Amino acid sequence: MNPRARLSPLALAGVTLGAAIMLAPLLWTILLSLKANSELMRDTASAFSGPYTLENYRAILVGSSVTHWLLNSLIVSLGTTAGVLVLCSLAGYGFARLDFPFRRSLFVFVLLGLAIPEQAVILPRHQLFAWLHLHNSYPGLILPGLVAPFGVFFMTQYFRALPAELDEAAMLDGASRFTLFWKVLLPLTRPAQATLGVFTFLGSWNDYWWPLISATRSARFTLTVGLASAQMNYAQTSGLGFLMAQAVFASLPILIVYIIFQKQIVAAMAGAAVR
Amino acid sequence: MSGRRDRLAGFAFVGPFLALYAFLLIYPLFMGIGLSFHRADLFGARRFVGLENYARAFADPIAWQALWNTFKLTVLIVLPLTAITLALALALNRATRSAAIFRGIFFASSILSVTIVTLIWRFILTPDAGLVAKIVTALGGTPPAFLSDPNLTIPALAITTIWWSVGFPMMLFLAGLQQIPADMYEAAALDNAGPWTRLLRITLPSLRRTLILVVMLQTAAQLQLFGQAQLLTAGGPSGASRPVVLLIFEVAFGRWELGYAAALAELLFLLVLSVTLIQYWAVGRAAKDER
Repeated sequence: MNPRARLSPLALAGVTLGAAIMLAPLLWTILLSLKANSELMRDTASAFSGPYTLENYRAILVGSSVTHWLLNSLIVSLGTTAGVLVLCSLAGYGFARLDFPFRRSLFVFVLLGLAIPEQAVILPRHQLFAWLHLHNSYPGLILPGLVAPFGVFFMTQYFRALPAELDEAAMLDGASRFTLFWKVLLPLTRPAQATLGVFTFLGSWNDYWWPLISATRSARFTLTVGLASAQMNYAQTSGLGFLMAQAVFASLPILIVYIIFQKQIVAAMAGAAVR
Repeated sequence: MSGRRDRLAGFAFVGPFLALYAFLLIYPLFMGIGLSFHRADLFGARRFVGLENYARAFADPIAWQALWNTFKLTVLIVLPLTAITLALALALNRATRSAAIFRGIFFASSILSVTIVTLIWRFILTPDAGLVAKIVTALGGTPPAFLSDPNLTIPALAITTIWWSVGFPMMLFLAGLQQIPADMYEAAALDNAGPWTRLLRITLPSLRRTLILVVMLQTAAQLQLFGQAQLLTAGGPSGASRPVVLLIFEVAFGRWELGYAAALAELLFLLVLSVTLIQYWAVGRAAKDER
């Protein structure tokens, strides 16, 4: 295969058809979101032609719960991302650079977590959080996301790859362990922080099952749970166009993150395959 | 290096993560196993019943139906998804601008949440208002009832999931293709090997590890399919598209039978764990063969 060669006509046709299948649902959603609800009520085919309106988007911004859910999602996702970066950087440095009893066994113990799927722990965790009165709270939504064994593994690998001479030079200058970590090594891990951060943010933003059972009051809904309740109660709500505008609106923040961090995402995928 | 201070420092650095990890992952894991041996409700009343919940699971036709649905969904998603994403990666592993744009298009759906994906696909598939219905009606046909016909709900969930999931496996295959040394193809070109020979003799054998990884990761993921079924078909009609995780959810949070739900969750965990262990073993073996 020559990477610079053009696609054969048959392959090009196949890929174009595939791309159309990927894009058509998105375009349909955008078209529906731009139509008046009363027109869609008569026939959704009216979405193929004008007149189009931004009324549904105005309705979201003025007096709907959607902006509130967006704020909840931002708080939970940013809180989770910050927490994961702090915890995984500390642990990654500890496992990669420091010598302490049971270091190897503890690292293996963390790696075991990679094989534990969410559904194996989610019911007892729900009970645990009920006892601690953490449901319908931001800490309740953030804490489970902080347990990221993959993040620890990822940061440990990254710290291990940094040259050991850096530590020795800094220690000769009389720097403490923490100064060394904070001033010298941490700034060098910025690319890894970006990758881990983007993935944590995406995962947290799109998480559904935990917020579904933990946030049962509308005031603490994240966007995923709010939109789920909106589509289940679709018959009673104010219409299809409004519903689809919510879908588009809820995708915007994640789309912005994707566009800004595209490079990190692709690099991380490549890393996952080589691992 | 100062030994004692290092030790203390070590625990200070790894301690915060380990404490949360033990408290929020390992402890619930064992708590769940314990719960599965009890009859328990949400309000804390519980009674030890031994293996009763497990016996009940094996005798429960609804549990078997859910397992069979999960199996059908997994096969219907993983096989086409693997073939499609491998083909896409082969076609789009090029340094051209158009290939980059296509890659972006195929990856875009992966960043959406399950709620948005089902919202979009509900109004593609629903027979009165959906996009498919509008197209079929315009062509003079009768739109199929994707979300209520017992023969169509599982395919509808599979299509939705494949549309949502092509991005990640495609990227894994692309990364795998990048790892194949160019001189292997140059040698083949000297031997006048055609494109099919190159695909079968060089590309596919070199992708073996990625192929195993994709199939196993996707199998483990689809065995746990939940949100699409809950939101798009509600597992219906009468359980025809209810996967195991949706059954666990309904038993736990609809009927409040936490002990039975925990037993079902442990059984599914064993299934997913065996897939994961096979993956580690097979990828490790393939990696050894490559050396």
